[in-house]
Amino acid sequence: MGERLIELKNIAKSYGRVFAVGGVDFHVDRGEVVGLLGDNGAGKSTLIKMLAGAIHPTSGEILVRGKRETHWNAERSRNAGIETVFQDRALCVQQTITRNIFLGRELTRTLGFLDRKRERAEAERLMRDIGFTSKVFTPDSIVGQLSGGERQGVALARAIYNNADLIVMDEPTTALSLTETEKVFRFVRAVRGGGRSVLFIGHNIHHVFDIAERFVVMDRGRVALRATKEEVGSAERLIAYMERLAHPQGIEIPPSPGRQPEAAA
Amino acid sequence: MSASFETTEARAKPVERPPASAVRRFFDVNRAAVGTLVVFVVMIAIFMAASPSVFLHWPIYDSVLVGLPVALCLVVPLVFVVTVGEIDLSFPATMGFSAWIFALVVHAGLSPFLGIVAALATGMMLGAGVGALVVTAGLSSLIATLGMNYMLRGFILIVTQGKSIALLELQDTTAGALFSSEIYGFPVQVFWALAFVVFAGLLFNRHRFGVRVRAVGDNPDSASQMGINVARVRISTFVFMGLGAALAGVLSTMVNFTWWPTTGDGYLLPAIASVFVGGTPTWGGVGTVAGGAIGALTVSFIQSGIVAAGLSGFYVQFFNGLIIILALLGHRWNQKRYR
Repeated sequence: MGERLIELKNIAKSYGRVFAVGGVDFHVDRGEVVGLLGDNGAGKSTLIKMLAGAIHPTSGEILVRGKRETHWNAERSRNAGIETVFQDRALCVQQTITRNIFLGRELTRTLGFLDRKRERAEAERLMRDIGFTSKVFTPDSIVGQLSGGERQGVALARAIYNNADLIVMDEPTTALSLTETEKVFRFVRAVRGGGRSVLFIGHNIHHVFDIAERFVVMDRGRVALRATKEEVGSAERLIAYMERLAHPQGIEIPPSPGRQPEAAA
Repeated sequence: MSASFETTEARAKPVERPPASAVRRFFDVNRAAVGTLVVFVVMIAIFMAASPSVFLHWPIYDSVLVGLPVALCLVVPLVFVVTVGEIDLSFPATMGFSAWIFALVVHAGLSPFLGIVAALATGMMLGAGVGALVVTAGLSSLIATLGMNYMLRGFILIVTQGKSIALLELQDTTAGALFSSEIYGFPVQVFWALAFVVFAGLLFNRHRFGVRVRAVGDNPDSASQMGINVARVRISTFVFMGLGAALAGVLSTMVNFTWWPTTGDGYLLPAIASVFVGGTPTWGGVGTVAGGAIGALTVSFIQSGIVAAGLSGFYVQFFNGLIIILALLGHRWNQKRYR
């Protein structure tokens, strides 16, 4: 596996005495697709929000390409080459598609005045790449007029615009139709094919198993399992493992021909 | 993955329609401002029909043009504040306070230009203070700015003992000629105010700052997640409001060659009315500088027109309130709010 792109060391986030994430080591290498799994409240979203700089960790270190980062925030995270597609998509629905694609990183000429022509042209190109083939929507369309899947398309277009090294996707297939889900998968494969990394968070284990090469399962703020696709073997075994996490007495793991998944503390 | 069934979402896509023409796009984007313009034209037509002797002659327009520049300097920055999702009710006192600094500098025999710079700096600092109270300390902008308005005004009255400052020495200066004379029968302040409106319009529509003001007003969480410093954008709108208020204060002092401790009082309701008459909605995220300017024109005409048409001044208050309600209703019906 390639260069270590980003690493979180013993990272923790607590709200008062409640730990949302309690001391987690986590990393993403260049060119890999990592699947992050876990039940509701396991701390997945908190973890990726810390990665995106949207919330500040209570303790722990963030390293980007081996270098320790201080004063980590959303702007720095994006400058470091991390683009996050948030669960709520982080759109401004009264603004146009162009404005949302360039939200926080406007293309400007002198003195901060917008390069509106270039923004519009780039937005049009990105929309085509993402698969907005319909002529109904132009870069000037208001995002509030779009369906859920189309809004997701805008968020994805924003994420790829800057050739980010790592694209983090928090439950990108939730509430999407089958064709739209397939579009998201094609998107992830295209990003992976370009030698870039994806961190894919999902509830649908089949989706995550299909798309990722390495899995991290979180449980109550800690990492419960790290395993590669070969180690896991099949989506069914991953599901069984997660069910056992949720119901320690209940369900048996089917016997496996391969290696046993390595359980982490 | 089978393609034999479609989800309802896929089928619910709207039918294709031809791409909108440039003219159509202009009206789509500037819907609120155009709506305000129509209201203004209809209103003037009614005034002309009701009182031709007044509204078909120049003096009424002249009297509106004298008051308009001050209103424009207040209304336009207020559009930014409302668009970012806040409200500022402290600008009348900021206006009075900044103009006070201007008057003190001029009265001390220093250059009026120095006075202008000092007034603008004062306005911006007061704006930053108000912004810090609202954004950093997290107070409700409605209540905190109202409190600031009374506190600052009270401070002025305590210190000056309610006495005004006459600035007759301004009359024959370059500054006096630049800011308080007439060009081809137009008060020169109109041009300064128009320049300010154009500058603010560019800032709002063509500059990164305006884009971020709209983004923060639209969805502060999204803006923050995309790396925008939401607090800084919010405070900046209050600083800009302070700048506009200071400019308004200087202009009004220059016209009268006198500073009154009450300078700025009486602009609160008309300025707020102008913003909403102009088509900036109350919920943040969208706004229009051009609409706000036309709104200021509309409100000025209502004030002058009612008096000129022979109705008593009591009617002004009634109509100011009425037009706010009508404007909100009209734009509510005319605009769609996306969530």
